[in-house]
Formats: sequence, C-alpha cells, structure tokens
Amino acid sequence: MEKGKGVMGAGRRWAVDFSDNSTAPSSRDIPDPPGFTRASVDQDDSAVSRQKKDAEANWKAQKAWEVAQAPFKNLLMMGFMMWMAGSTVHLFSIGITFSALWQPISALQGVGKVFEPYKDNKVDLLGPKLLFIALNLGGLALGVWKLNTLGLLPTHASDWVSSLSPAQEVEYSGGGIPL
Amino acid sequence: MAIMSFIFVFFFFSSLQPILSLYEDQVGLMDWHQQYIGKVKQAVFHTHKTGRKRVVASTEQNIIATLDLRSGEIFWRHVLGPNDVVDGIDIALGKYVITLSSGGSILRAWNLPDGQMVWESSLHGPKHSKSLLLTTNLIIEKDNSLIVFSNGRLNAVSCIDGEVLWKKDFEEESLEVQQVIQPPGSDFIYVVGFAASSQFETYKINAKNGELLKHESTAFSDRFSGEVSLVSSETVAALDSTGSILLTISFHNGKISSQQIPVSNLLEDSPGLAVIIHSSVTGIFAIKTDAATIFIRVIGEGKLEVVEKTNHETVVSDALTISEGQQAFALVQHAGSNIHLTVKPAHDWDSNLLKESIKMDQQRGFVHKVFINNYIRTDRSHGFRALIVMEDHSLLLLQQGAIVWSREDGLASIIDVTTSELPVEKAGVSVAKVELNLFEWLKGHVLKLKGTLMLATPEDIAAIQYMRLKSSEKSKMTRDHNGFRKLLIALTRAGKLFALHTGDGRIVWSHLLQSLHKSESCRQPIGLNLHQWQVPHHHALDENPSVLVVGRCGPSSDALGVLSLVDSYTGKEFSSLRLVHSVAQVIPLPYTDSTEQRLHLLIDADKHAHLYPKTPEAIDIFQSEFANVYWYSVDDDNGIIKGYALKTKCSGNVADEFCFDSRELWSIVLPSESEKIITTATRKLNEAVHTQAKLIADQDVMYKYISSNLLFVATVAPKASGEIGSVTPEESWLVVYLIDTVTGRVLHRMTHHGSQGPVQAVLSENWVVYHYFNLRAHRYEMSVIEIYDQSRADNKDVWKLVVGNHNLTSPVSSYSRAEVITKSQSYFFTHSLKAIAVTLTVKGITSKQLLIGTIGDQVLALDKRFLDPRRSVNPTQAEREEGIIPLTDSLPIIPQSYITHSLRVEGLQSIITVAAKLESTTLVFAHGLDLFFTHYAPSRTYDSLTEDFSYALLLITIVALVAAIFVTWILSQRKELQDRWR
Repeated sequence: MEKGKGVMGAGRRWAVDFSDNSTAPSSRDIPDPPGFTRASVDQDDSAVSRQKKDAEANWKAQKAWEVAQAPFKNLLMMGFMMWMAGSTVHLFSIGITFSALWQPISALQGVGKVFEPYKDNKVDLLGPKLLFIALNLGGLALGVWKLNTLGLLPTHASDWVSSLSPAQEVEYSGGGIPL
Repeated sequence: MAIMSFIFVFFFFSSLQPILSLYEDQVGLMDWHQQYIGKVKQAVFHTHKTGRKRVVASTEQNIIATLDLRSGEIFWRHVLGPNDVVDGIDIALGKYVITLSSGGSILRAWNLPDGQMVWESSLHGPKHSKSLLLTTNLIIEKDNSLIVFSNGRLNAVSCIDGEVLWKKDFEEESLEVQQVIQPPGSDFIYVVGFAASSQFETYKINAKNGELLKHESTAFSDRFSGEVSLVSSETVAALDSTGSILLTISFHNGKISSQQIPVSNLLEDSPGLAVIIHSSVTGIFAIKTDAATIFIRVIGEGKLEVVEKTNHETVVSDALTISEGQQAFALVQHAGSNIHLTVKPAHDWDSNLLKESIKMDQQRGFVHKVFINNYIRTDRSHGFRALIVMEDHSLLLLQQGAIVWSREDGLASIIDVTTSELPVEKAGVSVAKVELNLFEWLKGHVLKLKGTLMLATPEDIAAIQYMRLKSSEKSKMTRDHNGFRKLLIALTRAGKLFALHTGDGRIVWSHLLQSLHKSESCRQPIGLNLHQWQVPHHHALDENPSVLVVGRCGPSSDALGVLSLVDSYTGKEFSSLRLVHSVAQVIPLPYTDSTEQRLHLLIDADKHAHLYPKTPEAIDIFQSEFANVYWYSVDDDNGIIKGYALKTKCSGNVADEFCFDSRELWSIVLPSESEKIITTATRKLNEAVHTQAKLIADQDVMYKYISSNLLFVATVAPKASGEIGSVTPEESWLVVYLIDTVTGRVLHRMTHHGSQGPVQAVLSENWVVYHYFNLRAHRYEMSVIEIYDQSRADNKDVWKLVVGNHNLTSPVSSYSRAEVITKSQSYFFTHSLKAIAVTLTVKGITSKQLLIGTIGDQVLALDKRFLDPRRSVNPTQAEREEGIIPLTDSLPIIPQSYITHSLRVEGLQSIITVAAKLESTTLVFAHGLDLFFTHYAPSRTYDSLTEDFSYALLLITIVALVAAIFVTWILSQRKELQDRWR
C-alpha cells in the first residue's frame, strides 16, 4: 500500500507526484517565494479547515469505536470454535484454547498501537479503549474457562499432590522366615 | 508446571497400550537364554561310527540330556519332575536311551537321535527297595531284554516295546538286594543281597523265564554296612558295619565261601572308619577312609593286596570294556593346579594305557566324577576321552591332554542373585574389545538406511541382523547411560559365585568361594543368600562395589555362620569371616557409612542381633537410629509371628559392642488347629514409589498407605496344606493378613472360603497380588488388595496445598495408627504359577506389570490395571478415561505378552527385576535350570528412541531440508532480481 504512493515504487522506472503538498511545508525542499507567508493563508482558510478537521475527528472517533468493537466478533467466533472443539483434551482443543488465550493477551499488549491512527487531541479514545480492553478480557476469561473445562487448571487437590513423594518412615523393620 | 505435567501424563497415557510384543527380528537383541542340565550323576557314551557322537547324561536335577561330544551342546533334554528322580540310564539296541526313575517304578525308552519317548512302562512291586538297571544282550522270545530290579521285584523288560516278559518277586521282608549280576555269556542272573543285615543271600535265576534255579544263604557274625563292590561276576567285597573288617564273598556255582580280613591288616596305620566305593572294575575295589582312598586287588582265593593308597581327591571311573576280555578304568588325581588322568587296564595296576596331565582352573575345585570312553586311533591303538564333573558342577570333556569343551552347569542351581554396576568409563581407557571406527559406523548406518527404505538385498538384511545381534555396544565392560549393562551376580548351590554380563550373558568371572569350601571346622557349608554390601556412589567412586555372601556350616539353623565379601569387578574374595554365632536372618539396614558400606544386622538363633561391618563408624550410625530399628520373625511351623526391638548390648557374653539383645514387643499367635502359614511377602527394599497419591476419576485423590514395614501372610487350614483336591471346599480356607511389622497391628484380614494353596504373592507400593486355587470353582484365582490411608484423605483444601501448609510429607510413625481402608477384588486365572514378580523402575513412575512364571516355564507379563479393585462391569465415562478396564471374571492371557516369547526357562524358580537407569525399562532375569534375561518396558520405551531408529535417515532428512532451504532461497533471490530488471 505504501509502495504505490512512493516515488520509487517497485517495478516503475519513473513517476511524477501530482499531489498537492502545499499544506505541508516541511515536505518541500523549495523555500516559499519572498513575501508569501503560509500562516496568513491558513488564517484565511481557517473556517474551511476547522470544518474539515471536525469531520476528520468525527470519522476517527467513529473508527475507534469500530475498532474497539472488533474483538466482539472474535469472541463469538472463538466461542463457536470452542464449542466445536469439545471438552476432551486433544491437539485440536488445546490449540484452540491456547490461541483463545494468546489472542486477547497479544491484543491487550498492543492496545496503544491499535488506537494509534485515531489519536487526536480532539478525540476521546478512553471509551473505545476501555471497551476494547473489556472485550479482550472477556475473551481471555473465555479461554481460561475453556482451559478449566479441559481440566488443565490446577484447581483440584489432585493437581497439587499428584507428584508428592511418599512420607518418610521413622521406624524400620526387617526380618521374615528364618533361613 | 501442573499443565506441563498434565500434558506429559496425557501423552504418556495416549502412548500406553496393553499389548506389547516383539517382532521376529527383535529376538535376541535385548534378551539371551542359556540352557543347562545341572550336576551330572551318570553319563553313557554313544560313539558308534555312524551318526554324531554323543553322550547321554542324567543329572541331580532330574534331567535326561544328550550332548554333542564335539561341542558339548545339548541335542535334546527332558526335565523329569521334581519327584521323578533318575535312578539309572543306559543305551539299549544302540538307538534307545533307557531311563529308570521314580524309585524304580517308571521305565522309559527315548529315541536317541531326537529324544522322543518310544515307550514307558510302570513297574510296581511288593515293597520299596533299591533300584538297579541292567542292560543285557539276552534275547528272550526274540526280543532284546532289560533286567530291572525295583520295588522288590525282578523284571525282564523287552527293549522294543517295554513289555514285561517275566517277573520274580523277592518278598522276604528283610531282604536288601545289593547287586544284580549277569555273568558274561551266561543265561542266568545272580541276585545278591543281605537279609536281616547279617545274612548273605544269593539267588540264581534263569534269565529266560525268571525261574529260580538256586538259593543259598549264609549267616555272618557281623552286620554288613550298606554297599557291596563287585570284584568279579561271582565275587563281591563288603565291609562290616564297624567299617573295620573286609569281607570277600564268592558264590561260584551258588556255593558261598568268604574270607574276613581286618582293614588294619592291610594298612599299617589305623585307618578309622572305612567306606566302600562303588565301582565295577574286575579284580579291584576301593575303600575310602578319613585320610585316604585305598585300592585293593583281589588275588586268587580271597587274598587281598593294597595296590595304591592315594590322597582324598582321587576319583575312579567305572570299568570300560575296550576289547574282548579287557577292561580299563580311569583315575583322576589332583596335583597343584593340574589334574592327572590315568587310564589303567583292570588286570594290571602298574601299567598305564594313558597318562595325561591337564591344567585345570583352580576355580573349578576338585573332580567329583569321571566317565571314560575309548576310540580307535588311526594306528589301531586305543585312545580315551574322559568326561569329568567338577566340584562346581561343571562338566568337561578331556581328550588328548586338553579340555575339548566345558559347560558351566553349576548355573542350573542358582540360590540367589544380585546385581552390580560396571566400572565407569574413563577418558582414554578403551574397554571395548572392538571399538567401531567412523567408517564402520557410517557403513552400518547406511546399511540400516537401506533396510528402512526397503532397498536392502537379503545379504544386507542378514548383515544388518548380525550387526544388531553382535553390537559391541551391549557387551562393553563399562556403565552405560541407560543402565542396561550390569553384572548379574549369582550364587550357586556348589558355593560358586558367577558374574554374568547382562548384555550377552557371558561369564565375566567366577569364583569358588573359599569360605563355602569344605574344611575341618566347616563340614557341610551351604550358601544362603547374597546382599549388596557396598554400592559406591558419588563420594566413594574409586572403591569397587562388593557383595556379601552369607553361608552357614551345616543344614541346621544353629550351625555357625560364614560371611564372605567379594569384589564385584574382579571376583576376588577380599574378606572372609567365620562367625562365632549362627545366622537365622540377615537384615540389610537402610543406612550406609561414609564409604557406602551398607549396615547389616545378623540375627542368630538365640535372637541376638549382630551388627556388621564391625567398625566404630557403623556403631555410631547405628546408635543414632537405634530406637527405630525393629525386627520380626515368622515361625511357620508353630504359626507365630513375633516382633522385637533391640536392647543395649548382649548380656552374659564377653564385651561385644556389636551385639545386641532383643526384646519381644508383640506376637501374633495363629490358632494351629485352623491356620498354617504357607506364604509371606514383603516389599522390595529398593523399590521406589513416585507418589503417595492416587488420582481417581473426577479429580479426586486417594492416599496410598505406603510402608516398607508391611508384611503379607497367607495361611491355610492345616488339612488343606497338601495337594490341590486333597480336601473338600468345606474344610478348606485361605486367610490373608496384612501386618505392620513395627507395631504388630493387623491392618487387614480376609478369608477366602473353599480356597487352597499353594499361594504365590507379590507386594509392591500399596498393593498385594496373590494367586491360589478356588476349590468351589475348580479354578485358579488371583486376588488383589489395595490399601489406602484414610487419615490423609482430608487434605483436600487446594489453598493449603498451594502454600504447602500440609503434613503429607512429614515423617510418619507406625505408632500413629493411620486409619486404613482396603479394596480388593478377585479374578479367575488360567495358569498355575511357579513364580510371580513385579516390574521395577528407577523412579516408580512407569505403570507396573506383573511378571508371572507360568507352569509352562514361561514368563507372562500382565498389566496391573487388570488387577485393579476399582474395576466394575460398567465403568463411568470418567473412570474409562482414567484407564479402568470393564470388569471381567477372568484375567486375559495375551499371547504376545509372553516376554520369554518362544523360549522356555526350564524349571523356573524365580524372576528377578532390576531397574535400569532409563525410567521406562526394567531388566528381567528369570532363572531355574535355564537362564533368561531381557529388557522390558511396561509402557513401551517412551523416554528413548527405539533401537532400530534410523539416525542416518534423520541426518539425511535434516541435510536435505537445509539444502532445500538454501536452494529455494537462492532461486527466489534470483527471481526477484529478474523481476526488478524487467
């Protein structure tokens, strides 16, 4: 995607960039003509640009909510898969359960990154973020619940005593039928 | 952790299958089998010009065998039962081996080439008597006949079909028939014997029809002592009961005439009590006194002459007819490390037909028996071969001054077995005889690869199989990672110690123990058992491991004890002790000193305990554990089980700080009119138990009652202690007990009504399995008892367990009186048993299997899951997942789970299991007359690759994959570059 925009797109010999870069002075190498000040132009167009920015912020906020709700679909999907996998321990059910655990965890680790594109000082991302976290935690809980139904969580006494070596004996006795 | 272990357990169980078997080409890879015949009692040569030369032997283990005279290999072998003692063997008609057994009541003929039985006849008579077998060339009614005297009756039996042609009873009550003689070329038989110990009787009998021709008897003033020696066909020599007067009695033509000569007349010094040696040399007989063996020649009418006086270790063979009218016999004498074999003609003592000196291994002891045979050399002179039986029961063939072959038949009577580790492999020291070089290794693996890829030619397959069988890896003299290579140290009845290599079963060393050798102070030494004395571990690795051999001077329980310490690497006896006390029990204690010597407690007949080794360090260690050491004794004759603690120091005795008095703590007295102890079983000392918890369905836990002080005792009604079927079910019962031997507490008692012994039992972890006969069902049964500790069952709070706030691992005392519950179940089982054992692994994680020595002398593996008291007809889903098998009335016998596969361990006595270092594997050693060893993995070798795993294939696959990765990477690079230039 990035390549198509670039001047040095792969497989192209040359390209001309027709895009208007007038609003981004930093990208231009050529200095502005004498007597032209960029700030004054901005001020002139302030009404138009504010409108534009508002629209963008709205769009971003909307998008952020959409992203935040995305794990919900995942959750349903996961639930269906788990139901399909059944409650016996085999490779398939273990795989699904571990992916169900791993997905929310990795998603939670990358919360900041997911909402990076929608960062704007006008957009309030707290709501979407919270929803996102909550849904992922839900997914995680589902995974843990599945793990438990598979019996892979050490929640029983048997899990803790299974490898307990026998107690040492104080007395020792030997003997038998005389030789 | 829990998840990991759970996954491990899951994979472990998924790989577990009840059926384990062997492929045909795996036979001999892990296992070896050796056949023996035991100590030879009588040997008959068969050296006709045609056919293979062989020797027929009967042994003290009641075996009839024919051996190849060239190599000593067994052609065929028959094991008669323990009550079917062989009295005599011979070859008839040149094609039948005739055996007389069971006290002369069974006469059998076996086909010499293949050992098939041709006929059998049973000979009964009016009374019990000596049994004598005489083969003649008499022809009665066109049949060649045998003359057999047994059970007070003289029989003539046809060689062809075993039919009794005629019989003659000797019913006189006091008559003891000593000899049956057929003078050569005559058609009558002399039957010679004593009546009322002082009357000499001869009967002349017509050999054609059994008619009594003449009966003579003469009374003597002295009483006779047992044996008579045949001097000629009409003269016998005998000794009187005081052993001081020699009698020569001739009965020519039925007229009895006799001469009496005091033994002291023949010898200058007073010889003491003399015994006559059984021999059949014409004109010569031998007597044995305390000091010497004396050969006496009979000259003419009753004149005697001492021809030679030799030391004790002289053995004489029977006479051998070498040509018409000429007899020869052999003498074997010891001289230092050599033995002298002399063959003399019977008529001329001073000349020798053969005189050879043969170097003999000192570890074989003295010669016990010699049998000779002759052959015609190319220059028409007589050559002789001699078969000798040594003190260690080995059998050797001597010919032309050399040992042609030898057989270690002492291994047919093993008393006890223990194991020892091999030396650690040190850098720079090559201990393997043949170290494979890299090229050979590679060649081997390429061959294997060809085999795997089905490209191998038949020759290649043969080469692969040979390589697998003869792998130098398994017979190296060093320790291996898996712990498969060990030394099996076996004590035999002859008092010889053998070390066998587990890899191929060869004898690494053998040692005739000096301490178990007959001597003035120890007249009848017998070996009792073997214990591991020193097993060096980390800090004493430079010491060699050693074993303790316990013996006693004489069969009675108050005979003095003998201890001997043997280095298990070299077989050298580095210490031997004559004890001043008897040995009733040997108790290895669970303590070792700083050089890893195990402390042993020897209990004598007076119930004093003696501590060994007698070092100050040992006594220090023992003093600190003094209060916790107990012992018990089971008196099976009186039905009393007693427990003792130790008191300080022996009273009365001279100051011996290693001797302790015993104090009786408890006793269990079984009513002698209703119960008789027949079997006891305890846990093996070295058995490792992995866990004290048993997980059952629904994540529940039961705690095993694991105690090394558990004793299983089986008693039967005294009436029912005989053979199966001798009592009715109503008057027969079997009672089993589980007893704690520290406190004497009976943990469990159960009665099986209408059941009978013999009982075979094995106790392991918290369960006991026993086998008995159910008289009501007319079938054998096996029962299992599992014992659980109910007082630990409350430990169910997960949080307490997580923080470790529980007392499950704190030391327990038998005095805390744990509340126990038992579960038991019984099943029918097809076989009767000779031995039972259980697999033993190093950490006790692997599931257990029972090893059953069947009546057919095979070893059958039976999964312990079949003997689980929680089995039910319809197990729930959770129970099924746990591995519980639906209940059936009988235990299945899966043909593939015979671990001896097609082999038989004749006369199976016991099965010994030893843990290898690899958790999955048990080493199994079964012995009886034969030896069998194999590796056995009860749940398959889940922790190692199989032996036929192709490393070459793996290596090639990896190389191929790496190459493929490189090639595709280079190709993709190239393609990308081309794309960019497009």
